[in-house]
Amino acid sequence: MIVPLQHILIFSLLLFAIGLYGVLVRRNIIGILISIELMLNAANINLIAFSKSTSLAPETGQIFAIFVIAIAATAAAVGLAIVLALYRVRKTVYTDEVNLLKW
Amino acid sequence: MKEIEFFVDLIFVNAKGWCLDLLGHFLPDWTVVLVSIIISAVVIMVLGPLVMMYLTLLERKVIGRIQNRYGPNRVGKWGLLQPIADGIKMFTKEDIVPAQADKIIHFLAPVIIVIPALMVFLVVPFGERMTAVNLNIGLLYFIAVSSITTIPIFMGSWASRNKYSLLGGMRTAAQMISYEVPMTLSVVPVIMMSQSLSTNTIVMTQAGDMDLHWFVFTPWGLVGFVIFFLCAVAECNRPPFDLPEAESELVAGFHTEYSGMKFALFYMAEYMNAFTLCGIATTLFLGGWQGPLFPSWLWFFGKTFLLICVMIWFRGTFPRFRVDQLMGFAWKFLLPLTLINIPVAALWFFVPEQLAWIYSVPILAVSLWGLVKLNRSFVPEKRIYPLAD
Amino acid sequence: METLELFVRIGIYTLMALVLVFALGVVTLRNLFHCALCLAAVLIGTAMLYVGLRADFLAAVQILIYVGAVMTLVIFVIMLTEHLGEKSIRQNNRQSPAAVISLSGIVVLLAALLLRTPWPVTDKALQAKASVMALGKALMGTYAFPFEVISVILIACLIGAIAIAKKDLPGEDVS
Repeated sequence: MIVPLQHILIFSLLLFAIGLYGVLVRRNIIGILISIELMLNAANINLIAFSKSTSLAPETGQIFAIFVIAIAATAAAVGLAIVLALYRVRKTVYTDEVNLLKW
Repeated sequence: MKEIEFFVDLIFVNAKGWCLDLLGHFLPDWTVVLVSIIISAVVIMVLGPLVMMYLTLLERKVIGRIQNRYGPNRVGKWGLLQPIADGIKMFTKEDIVPAQADKIIHFLAPVIIVIPALMVFLVVPFGERMTAVNLNIGLLYFIAVSSITTIPIFMGSWASRNKYSLLGGMRTAAQMISYEVPMTLSVVPVIMMSQSLSTNTIVMTQAGDMDLHWFVFTPWGLVGFVIFFLCAVAECNRPPFDLPEAESELVAGFHTEYSGMKFALFYMAEYMNAFTLCGIATTLFLGGWQGPLFPSWLWFFGKTFLLICVMIWFRGTFPRFRVDQLMGFAWKFLLPLTLINIPVAALWFFVPEQLAWIYSVPILAVSLWGLVKLNRSFVPEKRIYPLAD
Repeated sequence: METLELFVRIGIYTLMALVLVFALGVVTLRNLFHCALCLAAVLIGTAMLYVGLRADFLAAVQILIYVGAVMTLVIFVIMLTEHLGEKSIRQNNRQSPAAVISLSGIVVLLAALLLRTPWPVTDKALQAKASVMALGKALMGTYAFPFEVISVILIACLIGAIAIAKKDLPGEDVS
């Protein structure tokens, strides 16, 4: 491999941590969704990096990454639909303003 | 005779080879690889704008003829220097940025939109051994890179802080996303037949000297080609699918607030996209550079410019779609037709050719007829005016 | 050829640094539209990294699905919910310092573990190259069941998203 495996793993760890930070501190629901995409992306990088270094079939990593991408797309679609419905009813997209269980 | 033909065929490839040989004598190995990459890149960077400049001239000439006038003919012989005059005009124009605009994004949008338009040139096979990079995922690369184009359009429309821009940008994005689906599905039969995503291999499988094995001469190929071409026209926002920049409703759509060179960059990306989409349509369905007698690159450019002329002819003759008609056409007509086309092509692979013709033509014809019937918009027989009496 | 390899290595490290910078942009910028553009840059950068790791097919899929479709969806929703030029709204909550401290602790711990673990790197794996043909065969053979499950999930999500986001008809009861 051109770059040692450890460096790629640390890179994806940092990316994951940044995504997690976004999920923890963002007020905007869309911002949280975007940060989740970052975290999923970091996981994908790990899958590819491991599939390059172990003696599994070489396509395994790519296939699981494709599954992750599909799931990420569904998550984004449903999440954004919920955001739209919420905005229509409450006129807000900020998590701390959505503090009632029923309205 | 055969040798001369071969020589003309590979003239550009050989020229590059000689250059590299010459450099190889007195430079280390790795620079030769680098120079080879640089030569390809420079050729593409020159070819893209050049093609764009003369496409505008061609379009103005043909549109002129359609409208019974001459078109530009004052600058240079037959107006051949007109694109250069236009370029000088664009460069010297004032660059206006709206006061409320998001300055950085407003600047970045036209720069970024040119990048994917140039990048897709990499996988277009201009002639025998004249693909810049022979990727084994070439076709997928083309579809992926050309799908980036929505983001700079969003950037331009959002950063302008103008409601016409915003509406135009939203329309463009919706249109491009919708038409990408049938476009991607319409190339699936071609991938199944050639069993490869590489544009070079796809051209190779359509080889044949005098008897033409182009995919367009099969029922599924014809349907796929028509769908792909219509989607290509919609993808590069050309009439009759030019809702994003419909002058009568939206001023100029997402590039309302752009002037001078930035506007020219948007324009350039649009024309380069038109060229590459026609080139890929040629590659996939019209046999690419395959053809008898003439050199391969001449065949490629001939077929591509023929398709571009069809696009211009569309512009000269068809009225613009309405938004709901546009979306309905993509989702209710093109998408089902591609979905029928794929199994037909899959069966074609296993069935002997005569039998395949016998079943596939009726299936496609019946489904086409059914879809046309289903999509007919409701028009009452006799108009009723309840308030008129 | 060593020189070329060096160039590629420098390129990959620069790419990683750029991706991290844009990722920071995603979580710190105030204008949500800029965040979305930064995310697009991160996704494209990751796709380039996949090319560096010899996963070209995945790179193309990433750009096609993430940048072409998901990003467009996100930007659409941002345009529908955001008000133009509203800069005074606080985008982050007050947990920021606590999050930074705890996350940096986790990162240091995991990085130390990562560097200490001897990762087995086999020569056979380094030579292997997944072709598109092999990918397709695996997807339709070994992984046929998960593939079908994913397609069912996609359909369910499609219908669900439409059902959630569609406007209620005037006659319908909203509750």
